[in-house]
Amino acid sequence: MRAFARLYEELDRTTSTNAKVAAMAAYFRSAPPGDAAWALFFLTQRKVKRLLPTRVLWELTLELTGLPPWLLEHCYAAVGDGAELVTLLVDRPAGRPPAEERSLERWMRERILPLKDMDLAAQALAMRGYWSELDTVQIFVLNKIITGEFRVGASATLAIRALAQVAEVPQASMAHRVMGDWQPSPEFFRGLLAPQRESRLDSHPYPFFLASPLEEEPAALGPREEWMAEWKWDGIRAQLVRRGGAAYVWSRGEELVTERFPEIAVGATRLPDGTVLDGEILAFRERVLPFSVLQTRIGRQKLTPPILAEAPVAFMAYDLLEEGGEDLRERPLGERRARLETLLARTASPALLASPVVEGAAWEELARVREEARARNVEGLMLKRLSSPYRTGRRRGDWWKWKIAPYTIDAVLIYAHPGHGRRASLFTDYTFAVWDQGELLPVAKAYSGLSDEEIAELDAWVRRHTRERFGPTRAVEPVQVFELAFEGIARSSRHRSGVAVRFPRILRWRKDKPAAEADTLESVKALLTVRA
Amino acid sequence: MAELLVSTPVGLFCPAGGFHVDPWGPADRAVLTHVHADHARPGSAAYLCTEASAPFVRRRMGDAAIVQGAAYGERIRLGDAVVSLHPAGHVLGSAQVRIEAAGTVWVVSGDYKRAADPTCLPFEPLRAEVFVTEATFALPIYRWPEPETVAAEVMAWWERNRRAGVASLLFCYAMGKAQRVLAALAPFTDRPVLLHGAVAEMTELYRQQGVTLAATARVAEMPARRSYAGELVLAPLSAGGTPWVRRFGERETALASGWMRVRGTRRRKGYDRGFVLSDHADWPALLRTVEEAGAPRVLVTHGYTEELARFLRERGLESGVLATHFEGEADV
Repeated sequence: MRAFARLYEELDRTTSTNAKVAAMAAYFRSAPPGDAAWALFFLTQRKVKRLLPTRVLWELTLELTGLPPWLLEHCYAAVGDGAELVTLLVDRPAGRPPAEERSLERWMRERILPLKDMDLAAQALAMRGYWSELDTVQIFVLNKIITGEFRVGASATLAIRALAQVAEVPQASMAHRVMGDWQPSPEFFRGLLAPQRESRLDSHPYPFFLASPLEEEPAALGPREEWMAEWKWDGIRAQLVRRGGAAYVWSRGEELVTERFPEIAVGATRLPDGTVLDGEILAFRERVLPFSVLQTRIGRQKLTPPILAEAPVAFMAYDLLEEGGEDLRERPLGERRARLETLLARTASPALLASPVVEGAAWEELARVREEARARNVEGLMLKRLSSPYRTGRRRGDWWKWKIAPYTIDAVLIYAHPGHGRRASLFTDYTFAVWDQGELLPVAKAYSGLSDEEIAELDAWVRRHTRERFGPTRAVEPVQVFELAFEGIARSSRHRSGVAVRFPRILRWRKDKPAAEADTLESVKALLTVRA
Repeated sequence: MAELLVSTPVGLFCPAGGFHVDPWGPADRAVLTHVHADHARPGSAAYLCTEASAPFVRRRMGDAAIVQGAAYGERIRLGDAVVSLHPAGHVLGSAQVRIEAAGTVWVVSGDYKRAADPTCLPFEPLRAEVFVTEATFALPIYRWPEPETVAAEVMAWWERNRRAGVASLLFCYAMGKAQRVLAALAPFTDRPVLLHGAVAEMTELYRQQGVTLAATARVAEMPARRSYAGELVLAPLSAGGTPWVRRFGERETALASGWMRVRGTRRRKGYDRGFVLSDHADWPALLRTVEEAGAPRVLVTHGYTEELARFLRERGLESGVLATHFEGEADV
């Protein structure tokens, strides 16, 4: 545990990418394989789910410190991270006697995983004992593991780069090896470092290739005929893996979501073994339905027949990554695309569709077609280079997303709330309102879009112009106007305004605009009809 | 009972004595707790401060300013009040202001700390009917490590960077924090620490009062194109992100501040390291000081004011917020 805590500390104490990779590589080389497997598990942002309810930690902290609950809330607003908050309240900065060292693997096996099967009182008693024998950094790391929010300022990509260096294999190959669901064990870690590629007779998807936003005119990309255009679907990016007689649906977050989309899983059984498709999960009934329809299904624990009937889904495939067990990623897109169409025509499943190629002989013509995007419930166009391989991660150059302009409104800042993580204790989370019959009605919350300087300026303003406090939240004088952008808008009975906006963010601080001139609910609702 | 201090547009005013404490606007007579910019502002007709603060105040206010230096504990009659200044342990020359009038005693803490600091006299506990306290770090998450532990961490950081052949750039307040760091490093090293001009000027004023500090040299006196690999440089926060820092080449950066106790605060500004070193009282020290003052009424001036006042009220004290323009330890 001490070595892993020291690794965390090293990662936390540098902003240099190379230093982080070097620290992780050194750890992977020196740690016992069982420890290294668990370290990799956490460094790639995997979680052990539901070890204990967070309130056990909060209640234990209240008991140990004797603080009133409201003060804990205020502290949380200043820290912005539950695991860290608890650490800062229960650690003893003066130092403590060194405890017997126990490896990370033993910590997991003997102390952390067993928490799952304990009752609340036993969990609290165990945590109390652990906290009393650890130093500040180790308590923090332990709490991060327990709360399942282990983020350390080093991305999974960096951890994979470090491990690829240790194993002396290409990064893409290591990325593939650590994808998907696996149990940390010494054997698993040794397998990762083995020189030969293991057989792909398993469930793992390939690392996703991500598009970059197109910031210039498409003509800058060169001749039109070197590019393929498709709709940019507004759904859930996923890979469909058909291997070993089974089918797996993986979301981009490397989450196995097969059971959430039975229609697609059934459709996949018609695919020949050794097939991997890349595409998008969409709400679909004869045509693509808005994202808000898909959303009604995402949060549900149980898929009842009415839900399946109201929000049916399909898999819109746009790439073929593996066929007949052969990895096709190095083949040019043109070839993969042709094979995809042939394959799906043979499969003939209503749940598996081929994303149509959008025609348009010249860039100008495509630009005109793109204007239909909103009516088609898509976000714009994708432009893909026909000669390109299927790459890993967000590599600029071959895949571009050419989105339509978002919806925008001018809204008034009414509440400010402290942020999380590195924005803790700064007011960075905002609630915005528009006018409705002389009253300001909340329509959106937004967290991003301002520069650091603007955040600092607004934070100082919020502190000086607070009208009322609700715990850490401040109600402010309604004078600051912001231009907000969002991707979609839908009717909602759960919001007082009657509308829900999707992915709202701040475009501009409209210091030139008085609050009285901000948008009205009526003008916001008018946007609903644009889509219909 | 008479109110010995009231909030006015220019600052905290003592009607019995006819003076302001740390006014933020022009006043006839200003009594200063210490010389940080949010407490000692130019524009007043006359200043009363400690003898140790006087050279700093003169430097800030100019030669024309009327500055009177008083010894710690010296009783000075102002109007119908008797005023005395007592060590606050914040920085060199810092003071609490004790005001006696109309049969009652108020003590204004100014900024203060209870942790050891070789560059100034330790905080002197005073009894009061009304205690006016700061609350910069008045949340229970703020508990400071021992200063020696932090000094050892700074040394280890510098040593590690030295071996890696990079410069160590430590940002801190030019007045107070920088000298506290220099005093803490003095026993460990003879290597001169390099100083930004603003830090160097303050350090000179400290030395003139006999405070023992590590050897120093000014960055401004270094030859052009000199390598700074392995050097430790102290600079004010305002120098961060300016062209001035480019000369140091490859470097690690750190900030010494109480705010560094919280990880998110450090990461927000992209410092590599944060050293938890504050010249303000932490949560336990605030509570201990309030208790030692024995005051049934506690007024809170700046920082987490609402939180401290509410906590004290729940413990049975009379407590409220006294609005001021003080800033405490400026956030990074």
